[in-house]
Amino acid sequence: MADETTKYDWPAANERTLIGKRVSRVDGPLKSSGRAKYTYDVHRPGMLYGSVVRCPYAHAKVTAVDTSAAEKMPGVAAVHVIQGPGSEIHWAGDDVVVVAAVDEPSASDAARAVKVEYQPLPHFVDDFTQPKNVPEEHGPLDQEDFITMLRNDVPDPQIVSALQTRGITFKPEKRLLDRLRENEVSESVISAVQSAPVKPAEEKPAAHYRKEAEQTKGDPEKGFKEAEVVSEGVYGCPVITHCCLESHGSIAEWPDSEHLFSHISTQNVSGLAGQFAQGLKIPAGNVHVHQDHIGGGFGSKFGVDRWGVYTAEVSRKAGGKPVRYMLERAPELEVAGCRPSAHARVKVGAKKDGTLLAWESESWGTGGPGGGGPPPMPYVLEIPNQRKQHVAVLTNIGPARAWRAPNHPQGCLITMSALDDLAAKLNMDPVELLLKNLSITQRADVYREELGIASGLMDWKKNWHPRGQGGSGVTKRGLGVAIHTWGGRGHESNCALTIHPDGSVDIKMGSQDLGTGTRTAILMVAGDTLGLPIDKIQLYIGDNQYPPDGGSGGSTTIGGVSSSTRRAAVNARDQLLAKVAPALNAKPEELEIVNGAVRVKSAPTRRLLWKDACARLGTQPIQAMGKNPGPGDLISSGVGGAVMADVSVDTETGIVKMNKMACVQDCGLIINLKTAESQVYGAMIMGIATTLYEEKVMDQTTGTMLNPNMDFYRLAGIGDVGELKVHMMTGKGYDERGPIGLGEPPTVGPMAAIANAVANAIGVRVPFMPITPERVIAALNPNEGGSHASV
Amino acid sequence: MDDRPDKKKPNQQKKSSSSSSSSGVSRRDFLKISGVSAAVPLVSEVSALAMADDVKELGPGKVPVTLSVNGKRLNAQLEPRVTLLDALRDKFELTGAKRVCDRGTCGACTILMDDKPVYSCSVLAIDAQGREITTIESLGEPGKLHPIQQAFVDHDAQQCGFCTPGFVMATKAFLERNPSPTLEEIKHGLGGNFCRCGTYAGMREAVMQAAKTTKGA
Repeated sequence: MADETTKYDWPAANERTLIGKRVSRVDGPLKSSGRAKYTYDVHRPGMLYGSVVRCPYAHAKVTAVDTSAAEKMPGVAAVHVIQGPGSEIHWAGDDVVVVAAVDEPSASDAARAVKVEYQPLPHFVDDFTQPKNVPEEHGPLDQEDFITMLRNDVPDPQIVSALQTRGITFKPEKRLLDRLRENEVSESVISAVQSAPVKPAEEKPAAHYRKEAEQTKGDPEKGFKEAEVVSEGVYGCPVITHCCLESHGSIAEWPDSEHLFSHISTQNVSGLAGQFAQGLKIPAGNVHVHQDHIGGGFGSKFGVDRWGVYTAEVSRKAGGKPVRYMLERAPELEVAGCRPSAHARVKVGAKKDGTLLAWESESWGTGGPGGGGPPPMPYVLEIPNQRKQHVAVLTNIGPARAWRAPNHPQGCLITMSALDDLAAKLNMDPVELLLKNLSITQRADVYREELGIASGLMDWKKNWHPRGQGGSGVTKRGLGVAIHTWGGRGHESNCALTIHPDGSVDIKMGSQDLGTGTRTAILMVAGDTLGLPIDKIQLYIGDNQYPPDGGSGGSTTIGGVSSSTRRAAVNARDQLLAKVAPALNAKPEELEIVNGAVRVKSAPTRRLLWKDACARLGTQPIQAMGKNPGPGDLISSGVGGAVMADVSVDTETGIVKMNKMACVQDCGLIINLKTAESQVYGAMIMGIATTLYEEKVMDQTTGTMLNPNMDFYRLAGIGDVGELKVHMMTGKGYDERGPIGLGEPPTVGPMAAIANAVANAIGVRVPFMPITPERVIAALNPNEGGSHASV
Repeated sequence: MDDRPDKKKPNQQKKSSSSSSSSGVSRRDFLKISGVSAAVPLVSEVSALAMADDVKELGPGKVPVTLSVNGKRLNAQLEPRVTLLDALRDKFELTGAKRVCDRGTCGACTILMDDKPVYSCSVLAIDAQGREITTIESLGEPGKLHPIQQAFVDHDAQQCGFCTPGFVMATKAFLERNPSPTLEEIKHGLGGNFCRCGTYAGMREAVMQAAKTTKGA
């Protein structure tokens, strides 16, 4: 038998039968034929329909709720008050009352008959104006403040000084100290928190702004003094929404008064029972969650959400009958998904040859009522001397959710725009500027190789021109570049693989396929390991009664499911070979399974067909488990990617047209090349939409979203995206790192690359996303006012 | 509420139709026209207005509705305000057409009505009576996919797949109008549908393949 830790290793390149190949997604036929059943498509016997009363104010107190008229309406089965009198509402569209009725028209009539009175309160939805003169907080730190400082990598001496001078409001207990040590927090900080004076908590001023502690690295004064060229600029992107085509929602029912069954649109099948249990006061073991297909999540569907709980509550009130409530399009955009905004005033200094020396940024942005933290800046490039100051803007825009590669696109836009402006000032090709500074990135070789390939795909050397020299006509052409990174280590995963005596094989996992090709990848790994074609394996996912699996977020799924499946399949294979070995008159380790037959490696004609081999099991199937993490070293994390964009800008209309975009991406060992490429194409297209069209437009007067529909919250169409090129890095230097997540990284670079291409074309920076015709015209005519005059 | 008419009132019906002829278009007629004409660009204003002339007032209670879907007659009691999309999905469990924007923008609910593509969210079920309705379910199924569906699989022109049935139906109607499209024509021909995952690269290839494989079919 192979060594206990190496026997799980991925097969060598010449032995892979499925891994790394192009395989059509296994659920493709179900989807393209309209047979795939999404949560929205599920019909349960006697199903009722939900309708929700939503608060029209961005900030208000509920003062009275009268449901009596609604309760008497025909067809109404139950009415449930979600936020009763006294509740404070923090964003427009928040849920107040839910009604369940026999059909949707009856439910919406009843919702309209509910009378809710509000006391409107002042709201604030301006995250665009730069906060000025925001005082630093001086009161004692609560535990959350302290943890936030650690999360934001505030330098140790600053944390120590803050702990000593401001004091703390909490007692540093052993559990906290243990956690700090586990997370490798330095002893100087740990002893400072132990000796910090404990003071009574002070009420934090009710302000729209929360200034975070300044972060410094190196010697920024000295860095800027040594800089021969300094470029300054302001850049930013607004709050955008997820706009999943299948809205959030669920169908809840109670088979009995103690058990909940929920079909729910989720990225987190195995992780919801506990959340339901907490909201509904039942044991988590009594919650059954199921989902076959999901119509988009992008980071916004990890929780049961308020609507998951109240759909279950109103079902319980209706005697346990199934109730469907899927969010309508307007609330989907208003309350079910926000990517935080980020804006920054940046100063960056370099030597004449482009060597980066110093960075200074004042950033601000909103993640909704909680404020939110700064994006990672400077992005990818660890400039040696830095000073950074961030102000979180607390708004009534709506709660933030993770959005593919949380905070990275924002940090990338701000950094790569600043570097591009610097390159223009240096009269340098921005690709050369990046190449010059790759030594301050974590993966110089990867980026160098990727930038070379991307340059080839775009014919960069031939097509690039210095900024503003995009032609003499009305339409100007320009090129832009950005590089990006992501972690993507596989999450916890459990795989149960069963080989039955009749030769059938099934796999059960509490995972989900977001359209990324997870099903296909699991089957490819199992098929490759067992020497079987994928259609001989039955895969069951999407149910919390299967072995638990992580939520699909942060590009953690492929690493998790591929390695747990590999381990389960190797374990099952070895058990089978042990059973079959005597029949082939060989030792188990002398056997292999190739092309549906178990055979002796040294004498391939001594073989048993798969079915005959499995028949040797007698009556008992083999069930093998595989876990991630587990024995062996199958996965890793940390990838690099490069994006280049080619645009044409009409300087009279301000319309930006995508000519071409290329993304060169690394993600370790690729399981399915076909769906991997699709992920990258999709990421680029989402990037085009966020750069050119998407913005959650808020009305300052009413505090409500002005475009909660798909007419005015515009996505990219098939004619908007130009030519697209994808190149996946494979082979030596990449494969041996094992599978690494891919969902996030290629979404990061496109916004910066396109913004830089526009600047290259028209000669001036369009500072804020989306790059609408109005903003292009304003940038070209800076003396005629424009929407960015207030910054 | 108690004066809600459960059956047609002939005098009101007359009044309604006369007001529509005097003022040109009543509000109810406008809904019909805007719904139908926005969804069916090929139907001229003239024929839409001609339809409006013999509008009967129905509802607001449930009325019997008979639809001809994929060659079958389907009956239901529906309120006149129920859209064709909701009738297909919630009454007849034909859930291939999806409810996404619910206002005629995104194309996820595209079906064919008398072989013309329409946004079924913008057609009332009562107005679809007497028309031949074709949904994605009639095109093919796993194991015997329609060439367009097969092309979407081959070129991975789908990720989450929620927009896919609408795109497949839009492609079917588009290729019937234009059996040998150029890439530029595809960009315009399928401009009435949106995908969020970003599958347009594969989709262009899929439509090109489908154009070849469906020719003469």
